[in-house]
Amino acid sequence: MSAAHAELHAASAELRPGWWRVLPSRIWTFWVVELYRIRHDRTELYTRAIQPVLWLVIFGETFTRLRAIPTGGVPYLDYIAPGIIAQSGLFIAIFYGIQIIWERDAGVLAKLLATPTPRVALVSGKAFAAGLRAAIQSMIVFALSAILRVSIDWNPLHLAAAVLVVMVGSAFFSTLSMTIAGVVLSRERLMGIGQALTMPLFFASNALYPVDVMPGWLRAFSIVNPLSYEVEALRGILVGTPTNLLLDALVLVTALVAGVAASSALLGRLAR
Amino acid sequence: MSEVVAPGLEELAPELAVECQGLSQRFGSVQALDGVEFTVRRGEVFGLLGPNGAGKTTTIRVLVTLLRPDSGTIRVFGLDVVRQAMAVRRAIGYVPQQLSADQGLSGYENVWLFAKLFDVPRSQLRARIQEALALMGLEEAARRPVVTYSGGMVRRLELAQALVNRPRLLVLDEPTIGLDPVARAGVWQRVQELRARTGMTVLLTTHYMDEADRLCDRVALMHRGRIVALDTPARLKESLGQAATLDDVFRHYTGSQLEESGSFRDVRSTRRTARRLG
Repeated sequence: MSAAHAELHAASAELRPGWWRVLPSRIWTFWVVELYRIRHDRTELYTRAIQPVLWLVIFGETFTRLRAIPTGGVPYLDYIAPGIIAQSGLFIAIFYGIQIIWERDAGVLAKLLATPTPRVALVSGKAFAAGLRAAIQSMIVFALSAILRVSIDWNPLHLAAAVLVVMVGSAFFSTLSMTIAGVVLSRERLMGIGQALTMPLFFASNALYPVDVMPGWLRAFSIVNPLSYEVEALRGILVGTPTNLLLDALVLVTALVAGVAASSALLGRLAR
Repeated sequence: MSEVVAPGLEELAPELAVECQGLSQRFGSVQALDGVEFTVRRGEVFGLLGPNGAGKTTTIRVLVTLLRPDSGTIRVFGLDVVRQAMAVRRAIGYVPQQLSADQGLSGYENVWLFAKLFDVPRSQLRARIQEALALMGLEEAARRPVVTYSGGMVRRLELAQALVNRPRLLVLDEPTIGLDPVARAGVWQRVQELRARTGMTVLLTTHYMDEADRLCDRVALMHRGRIVALDTPARLKESLGQAATLDDVFRHYTGSQLEESGSFRDVRSTRRTARRLG
Protein backbone atom coordinates (compact mmCIF):
# COMPACT_ATOMS: atom_id res chain seq x y z
CA MET A 1 0.00 0.00 0.00
CA SER A 2 2.65 2.46 1.01
CA ALA A 3 4.88 1.85 -1.97
CA ALA A 4 1.84 2.02 -4.24
CA HIS A 5 1.00 5.39 -2.79
CA ALA A 6 4.50 6.67 -3.41
CA GLU A 7 4.58 5.34 -6.94
CA LEU A 8 1.31 6.97 -7.84
CA HIS A 9 2.94 10.23 -6.89
CA ALA A 10 5.81 9.45 -9.20
CA ALA A 11 3.33 8.96 -12.01
CA SER A 12 1.44 12.17 -11.23
CA ALA A 13 4.73 14.07 -11.18
CA GLU A 14 4.94 13.40 -14.91
CA LEU A 15 1.92 15.61 -15.58
CA ARG A 16 3.81 18.84 -16.04
CA PRO A 17 1.90 21.61 -17.75
CA GLY A 18 3.90 23.94 -19.98
CA TRP A 19 4.47 27.59 -19.08
CA TRP A 20 1.71 28.73 -21.42
CA ARG A 21 -0.71 26.89 -19.15
CA VAL A 22 1.08 27.59 -15.88
CA LEU A 23 0.99 31.38 -16.29
CA PRO A 24 -2.78 31.80 -16.79
CA SER A 25 -3.44 29.08 -14.21
CA ARG A 26 -1.39 30.91 -11.55
CA ILE A 27 -2.93 34.28 -12.40
CA TRP A 28 -6.37 32.72 -12.05
CA THR A 29 -5.40 31.11 -8.74
CA PHE A 30 -4.13 34.35 -7.21
CA TRP A 31 -7.23 36.14 -8.49
CA VAL A 32 -9.51 33.71 -6.71
CA VAL A 33 -7.45 33.94 -3.53
CA GLU A 34 -7.69 37.74 -3.68
CA LEU A 35 -11.49 37.43 -4.01
CA TYR A 36 -11.54 35.09 -1.00
CA ARG A 37 -9.53 37.65 0.99
CA ILE A 38 -11.88 40.46 0.00
CA ARG A 39 -14.89 38.34 0.95
CA HIS A 40 -13.44 37.69 4.41
CA ASP A 41 -12.62 41.34 5.04
CA ARG A 42 -14.32 44.09 3.07
CA THR A 43 -13.39 46.97 5.34
CA GLU A 44 -10.42 47.92 3.19
CA LEU A 45 -12.66 48.38 0.16
CA TYR A 46 -14.83 50.81 2.10
CA THR A 47 -12.06 52.76 3.78
CA ARG A 48 -10.19 53.10 0.50
CA ALA A 49 -13.32 54.54 -1.10
CA ILE A 50 -13.20 57.55 1.22
CA GLN A 51 -10.20 59.26 -0.34
CA PRO A 52 -11.45 59.25 -3.96
CA VAL A 53 -14.75 60.73 -2.76
CA LEU A 54 -12.90 63.47 -0.90
CA TRP A 55 -10.88 64.25 -4.02
CA LEU A 56 -14.01 64.52 -6.10
CA VAL A 57 -16.02 66.44 -3.52
CA ILE A 58 -13.45 68.80 -2.04
CA PHE A 59 -10.86 69.25 -4.76
CA GLY A 60 -13.19 68.64 -7.69
CA GLU A 61 -16.03 70.89 -6.57
CA THR A 62 -13.67 73.72 -5.63
CA PHE A 63 -11.74 73.66 -8.88
CA THR A 64 -14.99 73.43 -10.81
CA ARG A 65 -15.78 76.90 -9.45
CA LEU A 66 -12.29 78.25 -10.09
CA ARG A 67 -12.49 77.38 -13.77
CA ALA A 68 -8.68 77.73 -13.75
CA ILE A 69 -7.90 74.57 -15.63
CA PRO A 70 -8.35 74.31 -19.39
CA THR A 71 -10.15 71.01 -19.89
CA GLY A 72 -11.26 71.59 -23.45
CA GLY A 73 -14.87 72.21 -22.53
CA VAL A 74 -15.29 69.13 -20.33
CA PRO A 75 -16.83 69.84 -16.88
CA TYR A 76 -13.98 69.66 -14.39
CA LEU A 77 -15.54 66.93 -12.24
CA ASP A 78 -15.94 64.72 -15.30
CA TYR A 79 -12.41 65.59 -16.31
CA ILE A 80 -10.77 64.46 -13.06
CA ALA A 81 -12.97 61.40 -12.35
CA PRO A 82 -10.79 59.14 -14.56
CA GLY A 83 -7.71 60.61 -12.87
CA ILE A 84 -9.10 59.83 -9.43
CA ILE A 85 -9.99 56.29 -10.50
CA ALA A 86 -6.43 55.74 -11.75
CA GLN A 87 -5.08 57.26 -8.54
CA SER A 88 -7.08 54.97 -6.26
CA GLY A 89 -5.61 52.00 -8.12
CA LEU A 90 -2.12 53.48 -7.88
CA PHE A 91 -2.43 53.91 -4.10
CA ILE A 92 -3.42 50.27 -3.68
CA ALA A 93 -0.68 48.96 -5.94
CA ILE A 94 2.26 51.10 -4.88
CA PHE A 95 2.30 49.54 -1.39
CA TYR A 96 1.69 46.02 -2.62
CA GLY A 97 5.37 45.15 -2.20
CA ILE A 98 4.85 45.41 1.54
CA GLN A 99 2.78 42.25 1.30
CA ILE A 100 5.67 40.44 -0.42
CA ILE A 101 8.05 41.50 2.34
CA TRP A 102 5.55 40.39 4.95
CA GLU A 103 5.21 37.07 3.15
CA ARG A 104 8.98 36.74 3.14
CA ASP A 105 9.15 37.27 6.91
CA ALA A 106 6.27 34.86 7.54
CA GLY A 107 7.76 32.03 5.45
CA VAL A 108 4.91 32.23 2.92
CA LEU A 109 7.19 33.27 0.08
CA ALA A 110 9.50 30.29 0.70
CA LYS A 111 6.51 27.99 0.56
CA LEU A 112 5.20 29.57 -2.65
CA LEU A 113 8.62 29.39 -4.29
CA ALA A 114 8.90 25.71 -3.36
CA THR A 115 5.81 24.96 -5.48
CA PRO A 116 6.20 24.30 -9.22
CA THR A 117 5.56 27.97 -9.98
CA PRO A 118 8.11 29.85 -12.07
CA ARG A 119 9.02 33.24 -10.57
CA VAL A 120 7.52 35.09 -13.52
CA ALA A 121 4.22 33.28 -12.92
CA LEU A 122 4.32 34.04 -9.20
CA VAL A 123 4.98 37.74 -9.74
CA SER A 124 2.36 37.93 -12.51
CA GLY A 125 -0.16 36.24 -10.24
CA LYS A 126 0.54 38.73 -7.45
CA ALA A 127 0.44 41.67 -9.88
CA PHE A 128 -2.92 40.71 -11.31
CA ALA A 129 -4.25 40.11 -7.81
CA ALA A 130 -3.34 43.72 -7.03
CA GLY A 131 -4.91 44.67 -10.36
CA LEU A 132 -8.12 42.86 -9.43
CA ARG A 133 -8.34 44.64 -6.09
CA ALA A 134 -7.80 47.96 -7.83
CA ALA A 135 -10.42 47.06 -10.45
CA ILE A 136 -12.99 46.27 -7.76
CA GLN A 137 -12.04 49.51 -6.04
CA SER A 138 -12.59 51.36 -9.31
CA MET A 139 -16.11 49.95 -9.57
CA ILE A 140 -16.89 51.46 -6.18
CA VAL A 141 -15.56 54.80 -7.41
CA PHE A 142 -17.76 54.46 -10.51
CA ALA A 143 -20.78 53.96 -8.27
CA LEU A 144 -19.85 56.95 -6.13
CA SER A 145 -19.30 59.04 -9.25
CA ALA A 146 -22.84 58.25 -10.27
CA ILE A 147 -24.10 59.48 -6.92
CA LEU A 148 -22.03 62.66 -7.31
CA ARG A 149 -23.58 63.14 -10.76
CA VAL A 150 -20.33 62.88 -12.61
CA SER A 151 -21.40 62.36 -16.20
CA ILE A 152 -19.18 59.62 -17.52
CA ASP A 153 -20.04 57.14 -20.22
CA TRP A 154 -22.14 54.40 -18.63
CA ASN A 155 -21.99 52.09 -21.64
CA PRO A 156 -21.20 48.70 -20.02
CA LEU A 157 -18.61 47.93 -22.69
CA HIS A 158 -16.82 51.18 -21.97
CA LEU A 159 -16.97 50.54 -18.24
CA ALA A 160 -15.53 47.06 -18.76
CA ALA A 161 -12.73 48.50 -20.87
CA ALA A 162 -12.03 51.07 -18.16
CA VAL A 163 -11.87 48.36 -15.49
CA LEU A 164 -9.40 46.44 -17.68
CA VAL A 165 -7.22 49.54 -18.04
CA VAL A 166 -7.25 50.04 -14.25
CA MET A 167 -6.31 46.39 -13.78
CA VAL A 168 -3.32 46.49 -16.13
CA GLY A 169 -2.15 49.89 -14.88
CA SER A 170 -2.39 48.86 -11.24
CA ALA A 171 -0.73 45.52 -11.98
CA PHE A 172 2.19 47.51 -13.37
CA PHE A 173 2.43 49.74 -10.28
CA SER A 174 2.38 46.66 -8.05
CA THR A 175 5.35 45.21 -9.97
CA LEU A 176 7.09 48.55 -9.47
CA SER A 177 6.40 48.16 -5.76
CA MET A 178 7.62 44.56 -5.72
CA THR A 179 10.75 45.61 -7.60
CA ILE A 180 11.49 48.24 -4.96
CA ALA A 181 10.74 45.62 -2.28
CA GLY A 182 13.36 43.38 -3.89
CA VAL A 183 15.89 46.21 -3.68
CA VAL A 184 15.26 47.66 -0.21
CA LEU A 185 14.08 44.42 1.51
CA SER A 186 12.38 46.24 4.38
CA ARG A 187 8.85 47.42 4.98
CA GLU A 188 9.88 50.74 6.47
CA ARG A 189 12.06 51.73 3.53
CA LEU A 190 9.40 50.60 1.07
CA MET A 191 6.79 52.73 2.86
CA GLY A 192 9.08 55.76 2.61
CA ILE A 193 9.90 55.23 -1.04
CA GLY A 194 6.29 54.42 -1.89
CA GLN A 195 5.15 57.66 -0.33
CA ALA A 196 7.89 59.63 -2.05
CA LEU A 197 6.87 58.09 -5.39
CA THR A 198 3.10 58.50 -5.31
CA MET A 199 3.25 62.29 -5.12
CA PRO A 200 5.29 62.88 -8.31
CA LEU A 201 3.58 59.99 -10.13
CA PHE A 202 0.20 61.55 -9.41
CA PHE A 203 0.89 65.26 -9.79
CA ALA A 204 3.31 64.90 -12.69
CA SER A 205 0.61 63.21 -14.70
CA ASN A 206 -2.50 64.41 -16.49
CA ALA A 207 -4.75 63.16 -13.67
CA LEU A 208 -5.79 66.62 -12.42
CA TYR A 209 -4.82 68.97 -15.27
CA PRO A 210 -3.67 68.71 -18.86
CA VAL A 211 0.03 68.19 -19.44
CA ASP A 212 0.13 71.43 -21.46
CA VAL A 213 -0.07 73.59 -18.32
CA MET A 214 3.15 72.05 -16.95
CA PRO A 215 6.62 73.50 -17.38
CA GLY A 216 8.64 71.71 -20.06
CA TRP A 217 10.80 69.59 -17.77
CA LEU A 218 7.77 68.30 -15.92
CA ARG A 219 6.01 67.59 -19.18
CA ALA A 220 9.00 65.45 -20.13
CA PHE A 221 8.53 63.40 -16.95
CA SER A 222 4.82 63.13 -17.61
CA ILE A 223 5.57 61.58 -21.00
CA VAL A 224 7.45 58.69 -19.38
CA ASN A 225 4.94 58.39 -16.53
CA PRO A 226 2.73 55.32 -17.15
CA LEU A 227 -0.02 56.88 -15.00
CA SER A 228 -0.48 59.54 -17.70
CA TYR A 229 -1.23 56.85 -20.25
CA GLU A 230 -3.60 55.10 -17.87
CA VAL A 231 -5.49 58.37 -17.31
CA GLU A 232 -5.41 59.17 -21.04
CA ALA A 233 -7.00 55.83 -21.80
CA LEU A 234 -9.60 56.11 -19.02
CA ARG A 235 -10.51 59.64 -20.05
CA GLY A 236 -10.81 58.59 -23.66
CA ILE A 237 -13.05 55.65 -22.76
CA LEU A 238 -15.20 57.35 -20.12
CA VAL A 239 -15.32 61.02 -21.11
CA GLY A 240 -14.63 60.74 -24.81
CA THR A 241 -11.61 63.04 -24.98
CA PRO A 242 -9.38 62.37 -27.97
CA THR A 243 -6.59 59.89 -27.29
CA ASN A 244 -4.58 57.20 -28.98
CA LEU A 245 -5.89 54.12 -27.19
CA LEU A 246 -3.51 51.82 -29.01
CA LEU A 247 -0.49 53.81 -27.80
CA ASP A 248 -1.89 53.92 -24.25
CA ALA A 249 -2.43 50.15 -24.22
CA LEU A 250 1.00 49.53 -25.70
CA VAL A 251 2.74 51.66 -23.07
CA LEU A 252 0.83 50.05 -20.18
CA VAL A 253 1.41 46.49 -21.36
CA THR A 254 5.10 47.15 -22.08
CA ALA A 255 5.51 48.71 -18.63
CA LEU A 256 3.81 45.69 -17.05
CA VAL A 257 6.04 43.22 -18.90
CA ALA A 258 9.14 45.19 -17.86
CA GLY A 259 7.86 45.36 -14.27
CA VAL A 260 7.23 41.61 -14.13
CA ALA A 261 10.71 40.96 -15.53
CA ALA A 262 12.40 43.29 -13.04
CA SER A 263 10.52 42.10 -9.96
CA SER A 264 10.88 38.41 -10.77
CA ALA A 265 14.62 38.92 -11.31
CA LEU A 266 14.82 40.51 -7.85
CA LEU A 267 12.56 37.96 -6.15
CA GLY A 268 15.59 35.79 -5.42
CA ARG A 269 16.94 38.51 -3.11
CA LEU A 270 13.75 38.28 -1.03
CA ALA A 271 13.77 34.48 -1.02
CA ARG A 272 17.30 34.30 0.35
CA MET B 1 -5.16 5.47 0.57
CA SER B 2 -6.76 3.13 -1.87
CA GLU B 3 -5.23 3.94 -5.23
CA VAL B 4 -4.44 1.18 -7.65
CA VAL B 5 -0.97 1.40 -9.08
CA ALA B 6 0.28 0.31 -12.46
CA PRO B 7 2.48 -2.78 -12.23
CA GLY B 8 6.15 -2.27 -12.89
CA LEU B 9 6.39 1.24 -11.47
CA GLU B 10 7.77 -0.20 -8.26
CA GLU B 11 11.07 -1.15 -9.89
CA LEU B 12 11.58 2.30 -11.38
CA ALA B 13 11.75 4.07 -8.05
CA PRO B 14 15.18 4.65 -6.54
CA GLU B 15 15.72 3.25 -3.06
CA LEU B 16 17.06 6.55 -1.80
CA ALA B 17 14.72 9.45 -1.16
CA VAL B 18 17.53 11.93 -0.56
CA GLU B 19 21.22 11.81 -1.41
CA CYS B 20 23.22 14.76 -0.16
CA GLN B 21 26.88 14.94 -1.20
CA GLY B 22 29.61 17.40 -0.26
CA LEU B 23 27.18 20.25 0.38
CA SER B 24 28.90 23.54 1.22
CA GLN B 25 27.55 27.02 1.55
CA ARG B 26 29.11 30.25 2.76
CA PHE B 27 27.25 33.40 3.77
CA GLY B 28 29.84 36.19 3.92
CA SER B 29 32.29 35.14 6.60
CA VAL B 30 30.08 32.34 7.95
CA GLN B 31 30.59 28.79 6.68
CA ALA B 32 26.98 27.68 7.05
CA LEU B 33 27.51 24.25 5.48
CA ASP B 34 30.86 22.53 5.38
CA GLY B 35 30.68 19.31 3.37
CA VAL B 36 27.33 17.89 4.51
CA GLU B 37 26.75 14.26 3.44
CA PHE B 38 23.80 12.00 4.24
CA THR B 39 21.21 9.79 2.61
CA VAL B 40 17.56 9.28 3.49
CA ARG B 41 16.03 5.93 2.62
CA ARG B 42 12.62 5.62 1.13
CA GLY B 43 9.90 5.46 3.75
CA GLU B 44 11.99 6.45 6.74
CA VAL B 45 11.57 9.32 9.15
CA PHE B 46 14.92 11.05 9.18
CA GLY B 47 15.86 13.79 11.65
CA LEU B 48 18.40 16.53 11.19
CA LEU B 49 19.31 17.57 14.72
CA GLY B 50 21.32 20.38 16.08
CA PRO B 51 21.24 23.77 17.79
CA ASN B 52 20.17 26.98 16.09
CA GLY B 53 22.78 27.92 13.51
CA ALA B 54 24.04 24.36 12.97
CA GLY B 55 23.05 24.46 9.30
CA LYS B 56 19.80 22.49 9.42
CA THR B 57 17.63 25.15 7.81
CA THR B 58 20.25 25.98 5.18
CA THR B 59 20.37 22.30 4.21
CA ILE B 60 16.59 22.27 3.95
CA ARG B 61 16.58 25.43 1.82
CA VAL B 62 18.91 23.78 -0.68
CA LEU B 63 16.82 20.61 -0.61
CA VAL B 64 13.54 22.41 -1.39
CA THR B 65 15.21 24.33 -4.28
CA LEU B 66 15.18 27.75 -2.60
CA LEU B 67 18.95 28.09 -2.38
CA ARG B 68 21.59 27.15 -4.93
CA PRO B 69 24.57 25.77 -2.98
CA ASP B 70 28.16 26.95 -3.50
CA SER B 71 29.17 23.34 -4.04
CA GLY B 72 27.87 19.81 -3.62
CA THR B 73 24.61 18.24 -4.74
CA ILE B 74 21.34 16.98 -3.37
CA ARG B 75 19.27 14.44 -5.25
CA VAL B 76 15.64 13.82 -4.36
CA PHE B 77 14.45 10.46 -5.72
CA GLY B 78 17.33 10.73 -8.16
CA LEU B 79 16.42 14.27 -9.29
CA ASP B 80 18.99 17.04 -8.97
CA VAL B 81 17.63 19.93 -6.88
CA VAL B 82 19.41 22.55 -9.00
CA ARG B 83 19.06 21.19 -12.54
CA GLN B 84 15.64 19.55 -12.10
CA ALA B 85 14.16 21.98 -9.61
CA MET B 86 10.61 21.92 -10.98
CA ALA B 87 10.42 18.11 -10.89
CA VAL B 88 11.85 18.11 -7.34
CA ARG B 89 9.22 20.64 -6.24
CA ARG B 90 6.47 18.35 -7.50
CA ALA B 91 7.83 15.52 -5.35
CA ILE B 92 8.16 17.52 -2.12
CA GLY B 93 5.78 18.90 0.48
CA TYR B 94 7.52 21.61 2.47
CA VAL B 95 6.49 23.22 5.75
CA PRO B 96 8.77 26.08 6.76
CA GLN B 97 9.68 26.97 10.31
CA GLN B 98 7.44 30.03 10.63
CA LEU B 99 3.69 29.73 10.87
CA SER B 100 2.90 30.60 7.28
CA ALA B 101 -0.81 29.90 6.74
CA ASP B 102 -2.77 32.86 5.35
CA GLN B 103 -4.70 34.43 8.23
CA GLY B 104 -7.05 36.20 5.84
CA LEU B 105 -8.43 32.94 4.42
CA SER B 106 -10.26 29.89 5.74
CA GLY B 107 -8.50 26.57 6.26
CA TYR B 108 -10.10 25.14 3.13
CA GLU B 109 -9.04 28.13 1.04
CA ASN B 110 -5.47 27.83 2.30
CA VAL B 111 -5.31 24.23 1.12
CA TRP B 112 -7.13 25.11 -2.12
CA LEU B 113 -4.36 27.61 -2.94
CA PHE B 114 -1.68 24.94 -2.69
CA ALA B 115 -3.73 22.36 -4.55
CA LYS B 116 -3.92 24.86 -7.42
CA LEU B 117 -0.21 25.74 -7.20
CA PHE B 118 0.59 22.03 -7.52
CA ASP B 119 -1.76 21.69 -10.53
CA VAL B 120 -4.08 19.17 -8.89
CA PRO B 121 -6.58 18.29 -11.65
CA ARG B 122 -9.95 20.01 -11.33
CA SER B 123 -11.82 16.69 -11.13
CA GLN B 124 -9.84 15.66 -8.02
CA LEU B 125 -9.58 19.08 -6.41
CA ARG B 126 -12.32 18.88 -3.80
CA ALA B 127 -11.60 15.26 -2.84
CA ARG B 128 -7.88 15.91 -2.45
CA ILE B 129 -8.42 19.00 -0.32
CA GLN B 130 -10.86 17.10 1.92
CA GLU B 131 -8.41 14.20 2.14
CA ALA B 132 -5.54 16.47 3.23
CA LEU B 133 -7.72 18.26 5.79
CA ALA B 134 -9.02 14.94 7.12
CA LEU B 135 -5.51 13.55 7.51
CA MET B 136 -4.74 16.48 9.79
CA GLY B 137 -8.07 16.34 11.63
CA LEU B 138 -9.27 19.71 10.36
CA GLU B 139 -12.55 18.80 8.60
CA GLU B 140 -14.60 20.53 11.28
CA ALA B 141 -12.59 23.74 11.26
CA ALA B 142 -12.07 23.88 7.49
CA ARG B 143 -14.56 26.69 6.82
CA ARG B 144 -13.44 28.85 9.71
CA PRO B 145 -11.02 31.70 9.11
CA VAL B 146 -7.47 30.80 10.13
CA VAL B 147 -7.35 33.77 12.54
CA THR B 148 -9.49 31.68 14.86
CA TYR B 149 -7.08 28.70 14.82
CA SER B 150 -4.74 27.76 17.65
CA GLY B 151 -1.01 27.44 16.98
CA GLY B 152 -1.23 23.66 16.76
CA MET B 153 -4.12 23.87 14.30
CA VAL B 154 -2.22 26.31 12.08
CA ARG B 155 0.70 23.89 12.01
CA ARG B 156 -1.59 21.01 11.08
CA LEU B 157 -3.18 23.17 8.39
CA GLU B 158 0.27 23.80 6.94
CA LEU B 159 0.86 20.06 6.90
CA ALA B 160 -2.44 19.69 5.01
CA GLN B 161 -1.23 22.33 2.52
CA ALA B 162 1.94 20.31 1.98
CA LEU B 163 0.04 17.02 1.73
CA VAL B 164 -2.57 18.07 -0.83
CA ASN B 165 -0.02 17.37 -3.56
CA ARG B 166 0.47 13.85 -2.11
CA PRO B 167 4.21 14.40 -1.96
CA ARG B 168 6.68 11.53 -1.90
CA LEU B 169 8.87 13.40 0.54
CA LEU B 170 7.59 15.57 3.35
CA VAL B 171 10.08 18.20 4.55
CA LEU B 172 9.36 19.74 7.94
CA ASP B 173 11.57 22.49 9.31
CA GLU B 174 11.18 22.63 13.09
CA PRO B 175 7.55 21.45 12.94
CA THR B 176 6.87 21.87 16.65
CA ILE B 177 8.85 25.01 17.45
CA GLY B 178 6.97 27.38 19.73
CA LEU B 179 4.04 24.98 20.26
CA ASP B 180 2.83 24.03 23.72
CA PRO B 181 3.31 20.36 24.74
CA VAL B 182 -0.28 19.37 23.92
CA ALA B 183 -0.19 20.92 20.46
CA ARG B 184 3.23 19.41 19.90
CA ALA B 185 1.97 15.94 20.74
CA GLY B 186 -0.99 16.49 18.41
CA VAL B 187 1.26 17.41 15.48
CA TRP B 188 3.47 14.37 16.06
CA GLN B 189 0.52 12.05 16.37
CA ARG B 190 -0.74 13.22 12.97
CA VAL B 191 2.67 12.82 11.35
CA GLN B 192 2.96 9.29 12.73
CA GLU B 193 -0.54 8.33 11.56
CA LEU B 194 0.22 9.75 8.15
CA ARG B 195 3.34 7.74 7.95
CA ALA B 196 1.62 4.55 9.06
CA ARG B 197 -1.05 5.05 6.41
CA THR B 198 1.03 6.19 3.46
CA GLY B 199 4.61 5.17 4.19
CA MET B 200 5.67 8.65 3.14
CA THR B 201 9.31 9.58 3.59
CA VAL B 202 9.72 12.36 6.16
CA LEU B 203 12.75 14.59 6.61
CA LEU B 204 12.53 16.92 9.56
CA THR B 205 14.74 19.21 11.57
CA THR B 206 14.38 19.78 15.28
CA HIS B 207 16.37 20.80 18.27
CA TYR B 208 14.16 18.84 20.66
CA MET B 209 16.28 15.75 21.25
CA ASP B 210 13.56 13.83 23.08
CA GLU B 211 11.15 14.17 20.15
CA ALA B 212 13.77 13.03 17.68
CA ASP B 213 14.56 10.07 19.88
CA ARG B 214 10.95 8.88 19.90
CA LEU B 215 9.99 9.63 16.30
CA CYS B 216 12.95 9.27 13.98
CA ASP B 217 14.21 6.04 12.46
CA ARG B 218 17.61 7.64 12.02
CA VAL B 219 19.06 10.96 13.04
CA ALA B 220 22.00 13.04 11.87
CA LEU B 221 23.59 15.34 14.42
CA MET B 222 24.66 18.64 12.89
CA HIS B 223 27.14 21.02 14.38
CA ARG B 224 28.76 24.05 12.75
CA GLY B 225 27.75 23.05 9.24
CA ARG B 226 28.87 19.44 9.50
CA ILE B 227 27.24 16.14 10.30
CA VAL B 228 29.11 14.79 13.31
CA ALA B 229 27.16 11.57 13.82
CA LEU B 230 24.48 9.62 11.95
CA ASP B 231 22.67 6.49 13.08
CA THR B 232 19.52 5.21 14.75
CA PRO B 233 18.82 6.96 18.05
CA ALA B 234 19.20 3.61 19.86
CA ARG B 235 22.65 2.87 18.47
CA LEU B 236 23.87 6.40 19.06
CA LYS B 237 22.86 6.13 22.72
CA GLU B 238 24.25 2.62 23.10
CA SER B 239 27.66 3.77 22.01
CA LEU B 240 27.80 5.95 25.13
CA GLY B 241 26.45 3.47 27.71
CA GLN B 242 23.12 2.44 29.18
CA ALA B 243 21.63 5.57 30.63
CA ALA B 244 22.69 7.89 27.84
CA THR B 245 20.20 10.23 26.17
CA LEU B 246 20.47 11.88 22.76
CA ASP B 247 21.45 15.05 24.59
CA ASP B 248 24.45 13.18 26.01
CA VAL B 249 25.29 11.90 22.55
CA PHE B 250 25.16 15.40 21.20
CA ARG B 251 27.39 16.73 23.97
CA HIS B 252 29.79 13.89 23.39
CA TYR B 253 30.23 14.72 19.72
CA THR B 254 30.30 18.48 19.94
CA GLY B 255 31.63 19.14 23.40
CA SER B 256 29.02 21.86 23.87
CA GLN B 257 25.61 22.44 25.36
CA LEU B 258 22.76 22.75 22.93
CA GLU B 259 21.58 26.06 24.23
CA GLU B 260 24.90 27.86 24.01
CA SER B 261 25.28 28.14 20.28
CA GLY B 262 23.15 29.78 17.63
CA SER B 263 23.16 33.22 16.14
CA PHE B 264 21.13 36.28 16.96
CA ARG B 265 19.29 35.95 13.66
CA ASP B 266 18.01 32.46 14.51
CA VAL B 267 16.90 33.53 17.94
CA ARG B 268 15.08 36.45 16.41
CA SER B 269 13.25 34.31 13.87
CA THR B 270 12.36 31.79 16.58
CA ARG B 271 10.98 34.56 18.75
CA ARG B 272 9.02 35.91 15.84
CA THR B 273 7.46 32.49 15.34
CA ALA B 274 6.69 32.24 19.03
CA ARG B 275 5.10 35.68 19.02
CA ARG B 276 2.84 34.83 16.09
CA LEU B 277 1.76 31.77 17.99
CA GLY B 278 0.74 33.94 20.92
